[in-house]
Amino acid sequence: MQLTDKHREYWSKNLRITAVLLAIWFLVTFVLGYFARELSFNFFGWPFSFYMGAQGSLIIYVIMIWFYARYMNKLDNEYGVNEGDE
Amino acid sequence: MGAGSSQKAFTSQLKRVYTFYTGGFVAFVVLLAIAEKMGLPRNWIGYVFLAATVLLYAGIGVMSRTSDASEYYVAGRRVPAVFNGMATGADWMSAASFIGMAGTLYLSGYSGLAFIMGWTGGYVLVALLLAPYLRKFGQFTIPDFLGARYGGNAARFVGVLIAILCSFVYVVAQIYGVGLITARLTGLSFEVGVFVGLAGILVCSFLGGMKAVTWTQVAQYIILIVAYLIPVVWLSVKHTGIPVPQLVYGSVLEKVTAREEQLLKDPKELEVRKIFADRAAAAEGRLKGLPGSYASTKADLQKALDDAKTANAPADQVAAAQKALDGYPKDAAAAKAAWTKDAAVKARSGPPLRHGEAFPAKDEKARDIARKNFLALIFCLMVGTAALPHILMRYYTTPSVKEARNSVFWSLFFIFLLYFTAPALAVLAKFDVLTTLVGSEFAKLPAWVASWSKVDPSLLSVVDVNKDGIVQLAEIAIGGDIIVLATPEIAGLPYVISGLVAAGGLAAALSTADGLLLTIANALSHDLYYKMINPNASTATRIGVSKALLLVVALLAAYVASLKVADILFLVSAAFSLAAAGFFPALVLGIFWKRTTGIAAVLGMIAGTVVTFYYMATTQPWLRGVFGVTSPVADNTWWDILPISAGLFGVPLGFIIIIVVSLITKAPSKDVQDLVEHVRYPNIVGDTMNTQGK
Repeated sequence: MQLTDKHREYWSKNLRITAVLLAIWFLVTFVLGYFARELSFNFFGWPFSFYMGAQGSLIIYVIMIWFYARYMNKLDNEYGVNEGDE
Repeated sequence: MGAGSSQKAFTSQLKRVYTFYTGGFVAFVVLLAIAEKMGLPRNWIGYVFLAATVLLYAGIGVMSRTSDASEYYVAGRRVPAVFNGMATGADWMSAASFIGMAGTLYLSGYSGLAFIMGWTGGYVLVALLLAPYLRKFGQFTIPDFLGARYGGNAARFVGVLIAILCSFVYVVAQIYGVGLITARLTGLSFEVGVFVGLAGILVCSFLGGMKAVTWTQVAQYIILIVAYLIPVVWLSVKHTGIPVPQLVYGSVLEKVTAREEQLLKDPKELEVRKIFADRAAAAEGRLKGLPGSYASTKADLQKALDDAKTANAPADQVAAAQKALDGYPKDAAAAKAAWTKDAAVKARSGPPLRHGEAFPAKDEKARDIARKNFLALIFCLMVGTAALPHILMRYYTTPSVKEARNSVFWSLFFIFLLYFTAPALAVLAKFDVLTTLVGSEFAKLPAWVASWSKVDPSLLSVVDVNKDGIVQLAEIAIGGDIIVLATPEIAGLPYVISGLVAAGGLAAALSTADGLLLTIANALSHDLYYKMINPNASTATRIGVSKALLLVVALLAAYVASLKVADILFLVSAAFSLAAAGFFPALVLGIFWKRTTGIAAVLGMIAGTVVTFYYMATTQPWLRGVFGVTSPVADNTWWDILPISAGLFGVPLGFIIIIVVSLITKAPSKDVQDLVEHVRYPNIVGDTMNTQGK
């Protein structure tokens, strides 16, 4: 199997988006979680940290996965590594 | 793979079938509701729900019977993203999610959110690091990938062991849940319930393997989500007038917080808690005085009775003294047990927790420990999610890499629907308890309190401790499971909805058990038998072996569940830590780092699992008993981490060992490196490698 520069570029773009999204994941989960006591100001009735734990972070996770799927599916087409069907 | 158009036709046919099915199910519930109005007795509603849903699953199971390997192991690889998402949702959400989670949130407030975040955020890791690559690889099981990537049977064999370890622990808990719900729904005994439930599990998976499990799981998801949402929406309308509880419970939480502050200072609450504290202290005193205190306490009671008699006290006083003496433990051992139980009421003498407060504890140091454990638990649950074979295996069933990516999105979306509702339910239920139940008169308790405390006092008991005729918060002992089970009654819904909720819980437990049993049976039949023992076995033999093993494993799990092994809930969480430490480093490094070598992966998997298991065995009370560990827990505890989060040590250790050993061993062969490249790109022109598996 022969990889071209284009293939390598595809892979490094994939790595980049993966790293960015993982960083957001870490921030939302662990950094916000660490400062939960400090971040308990009122947010539409919820303490902010409670809202993030119960709903906000979940919404961000769902959006992140949706975005990644869309981004990568497009990238596949751009770099000609998409699957034949469709 | 067939043409795209046939896949499209298949998808639209599926949509038709399941839309029709959902409509039929709703009509069925409405019909039952009408029957209830016309006087159908309650236990009949339970029977009808149990019989109808199990027969339905059986029907799907029979229609999906197959003896084709690809159909049996990966549902023919043509499950569309949306449907695979629903199936994964049902596969994922167990009895613990459906029944237990809202209860945990009710009881532990903010701390319970670790489960909400942990069990959803893990899908980010699945989406970014595993699902698309595993789908490209193809084949049937997770050990398949380990075997191919790490060149040989050692990695495959270790993978089989870890897969069985974590899945078996998990499936026992599910069958336990099935037994409990069946017993509640029908009034049969728990042991009978376990085996009836087992039949329900087997009819889904036995004939059609992954194909049957997939299509029943989709059906089960629809039932469980409808059953979860209806009562919460109703409760929300009752308290806020708005049918979207997830949007509006912030205002209810504010009211709950205000009420909590009020109750924390309420003199009647303090009085009740003081009574509990005194009771516990007295019991502790007598416990310390054993064995001497046994005779002396008995003598005191005798004396009280004699005094009452000689003083010509009123008859009821004499009777009470007589009753106290009659109820006295028969011997010192019985007294010890009874007093230990009394001493445990100390837990009820503390102030109630504030629902919205993060890391509540008495001082800064304790708060730090609470925070550390909160984050550690999230970490283990997330990484464990991205390592449990029964979930990862589902992404083998989509038609393409693209669909696998989309499918992770749909999975989390469908899981999200339940998970972002559970905290709302907990807050609404708490509001109801704090405002309606607390402060009401014992003479006029709400109907649901009376009926549930009769069913099972461990779920709910309300006793007038300070004899003032008014319910105090401290007088209510509530078990977490009741929150979901009693919500229909709290919301004032007909009994049919209670039956629906139980059916939903059953669907959640059955669907998870199915996925797990299949994982275990496949690990044994496909990886151990076909790949390692008898590579020449025909397809028919392989599937036959798998079905036989499925039966054996299911019976074994049902047997273990019927023993009611202690601490089932701990075992479920343990499965996550074990899977996280065992699989995650080897899987991720295998895809993202070509240099990872086979021997390193094997050592890393073993080390991660062993350390995790060792930490649990030395710090978790039940396992300590099993292994006869006697050294103090404090000596074995590292960094104040609770045993439930043992994976916090196993995962990094796995990574370190794999990286270090890889660097000092010979780089993997060209073939293996090509495999890694092959997995990384959905499709490369000229790539002739085919790993799909037959």
